[in-house]
Amino acid sequence: MTPLSNLGASLKMTAQRDDALASAGTNRATAGKVSATEVSVFYGDKQALFDVSLDMPDRMVTALIGPSGCGKSTFLRCINRMNDTIPGARVDGKIILDGEDINDRKVDPVLLRARVGMVFQKPNPFPKSIFENVAYGPRIHGFADNKTELADIVESSLKRAGLWKEVADRLQAPGTSLSGGQQQRLVIARAIAVSPEVILMDEPCSALDPIATAKIEELIDDLRSQYCIVIVTHSMAQAARVSQRTAFFHMGAVVEAGATDEIFTNPRDTRTQDYITGRFG
Amino acid sequence: MTDAALTPAQAAKARVRADAEALLKRRYRAEARFVFYGRAAIILALAFLVLLLGRIGLQGYSTFTDYRVSLPVQINADRVDMSDLAGSNFNLMVAESALALLGETDDPYGEASGEMMAILSGDLGFQILDRLREDPSLVGQTITVEGPMKANASLYYKGQISRDTEVGGRLLSDRQLDWLDELRERDLVSGGFNWTFLTRSDSTEPEQAGVWGAVVGSAMMLFVTALLAAPIGVLAATYLEEFAPKNRWTDIIEVNINNLAAVPSIIYGLLGLAVFINVLAVPRSSPLLGGLVLALMSLPTIIIATRSALRAVPPSIREAALAVGASRTQTVFHHVLPLAMPGMMTGVILSLAHALGETAPLLMIGMVSFVPGAPETLTSAATVLPVQIFIWENASERAFHERTAAAIIVLLVFMVLMNLIAVLVRRRFERRW
Repeated sequence: MTPLSNLGASLKMTAQRDDALASAGTNRATAGKVSATEVSVFYGDKQALFDVSLDMPDRMVTALIGPSGCGKSTFLRCINRMNDTIPGARVDGKIILDGEDINDRKVDPVLLRARVGMVFQKPNPFPKSIFENVAYGPRIHGFADNKTELADIVESSLKRAGLWKEVADRLQAPGTSLSGGQQQRLVIARAIAVSPEVILMDEPCSALDPIATAKIEELIDDLRSQYCIVIVTHSMAQAARVSQRTAFFHMGAVVEAGATDEIFTNPRDTRTQDYITGRFG
Repeated sequence: MTDAALTPAQAAKARVRADAEALLKRRYRAEARFVFYGRAAIILALAFLVLLLGRIGLQGYSTFTDYRVSLPVQINADRVDMSDLAGSNFNLMVAESALALLGETDDPYGEASGEMMAILSGDLGFQILDRLREDPSLVGQTITVEGPMKANASLYYKGQISRDTEVGGRLLSDRQLDWLDELRERDLVSGGFNWTFLTRSDSTEPEQAGVWGAVVGSAMMLFVTALLAAPIGVLAATYLEEFAPKNRWTDIIEVNINNLAAVPSIIYGLLGLAVFINVLAVPRSSPLLGGLVLALMSLPTIIIATRSALRAVPPSIREAALAVGASRTQTVFHHVLPLAMPGMMTGVILSLAHALGETAPLLMIGMVSFVPGAPETLTSAATVLPVQIFIWENASERAFHERTAAAIIVLLVFMVLMNLIAVLVRRRFERRW
């Protein structure tokens, strides 16, 4: 996808969304599926994120890059309110998902997390069977009325995560018996199984070897057609390979965000340039 | 090149090397010393353990055999008062029959029959009483009764009372020893496994005393303890660890739970006395009361063990569950608790094993009393194994001392069993992640 068509798609979607929002009586214009405005995060007295504003469009991969400790993961964890689980964490600002502020009192974090799936750095399958790992989410959300439906959801999720062929004959084997790359795809299948709209990935390949990484990247590219994907990565090459949009974080703030091609070929900020050329970080 | 020709730099290097070698040697010596101390400590600890178990084993093993006599007894109508059966002197009747069997007659002062009664258990007399109650027509006939020898007689058969000891120091007269020898020669006495010790309850007669009542009492008490302490402890720990906000109040609670775990157990006995007996009027000396007190005592340890088991569950599992939209309760009950289960169970079983051996608080709540039967309900008077040991240890009769050691063996067997279960539970439910 060229940056131009990318931009076009983004604009088209923005227009649609604006219409929808206008009809809903909201006067705020959002450009993405997920749109963050002046988000600040505090851990106790320490501020970890400073007024971050970022749009993450649907059916695209947005990569968050930046040196360690720059707040990428903190920002990612705001989007499904995982920061709620950390004692003393406080989130200011607005994060809009489909026109709705996710930090609103009316939004239940448990339901939000079904809409915003998350994949972690280290593969963390439940110590249960492969089937149970994928079936757990649909079961607690009541997505399946009977066993056949549940089995269908499990199968289609595993297929979409590209794992079905490898595990079809051993669904009852423990999820932890798979290799690291397979576990990560299992975890992605688990996230897909609850039909999320957004998938957050926190350095999903940093614990994997190059071959497994390539498979996951391929998978991310496939999934892009259906979801809004936000990925935190330390690998600039990976960001360039899988993402359409990139945001560069530094010291808890977004220095520069835009189309990936743009950021990597023609960064506007010298800090971005220094980082992507490997001069710091 | 000679040493004298070394340049200052070379000399410094050589000196450094020599120092380094000395330093290395010193480090190895320190390590060897440490290994030696460690091994010595382990050997010392094992030696004490062997000494302890060996002493108990040597003193107690003989309890598990006893000697029983089988005697034909002539039911002398003169000695039976049918209007007051229980008041009849059946023991004398047994002794007279035994004397007659050995070809002796009683003297006018009843000394011979008295000495005979001192080597045959009163259990024989009770058996005759029971038989007569069932069938009064037995009067005048000869029936055979089978029962234990008096404890001192058994001690002689076991070789613990020797004929070589001076008469004044051995509890049995020469005549009694002769009778015992003759009874054995005539095959009227046989040795075997001491079922009485395992199936009977406490008694003033050592040969009729057993641990059954104490075992039942201990089991009932432990049941109450487990029923209360395990769920309360596990739920309290789960709430504190997974749900409670981390603030000053929960800090204070945590510190106090840790302090409670270190409170001497007799204090819990005092608490039981003050609250359960005086205020709530729980029947004293009952398994219910003991269970309540021991549950209080076990709670802090169970909470601490459960919390550390919960803390050992990797946070990635909680994140995984939360990220697919599980609520906090679902996360805890579907994922965290099952993973913490082996650790929690181990903690619970070990603290129950600890409660099983606890004596001090039970003394405070009046469980130290002579109870000649197994408790029938949770509120009837009972004794428990450690207290039974304590009671027998204080008894003056010599045969109770071997029973003390034997009761300790029984208690240790239960302890080992519980620890074994803890290990098996851990092995069985442990899951890798």
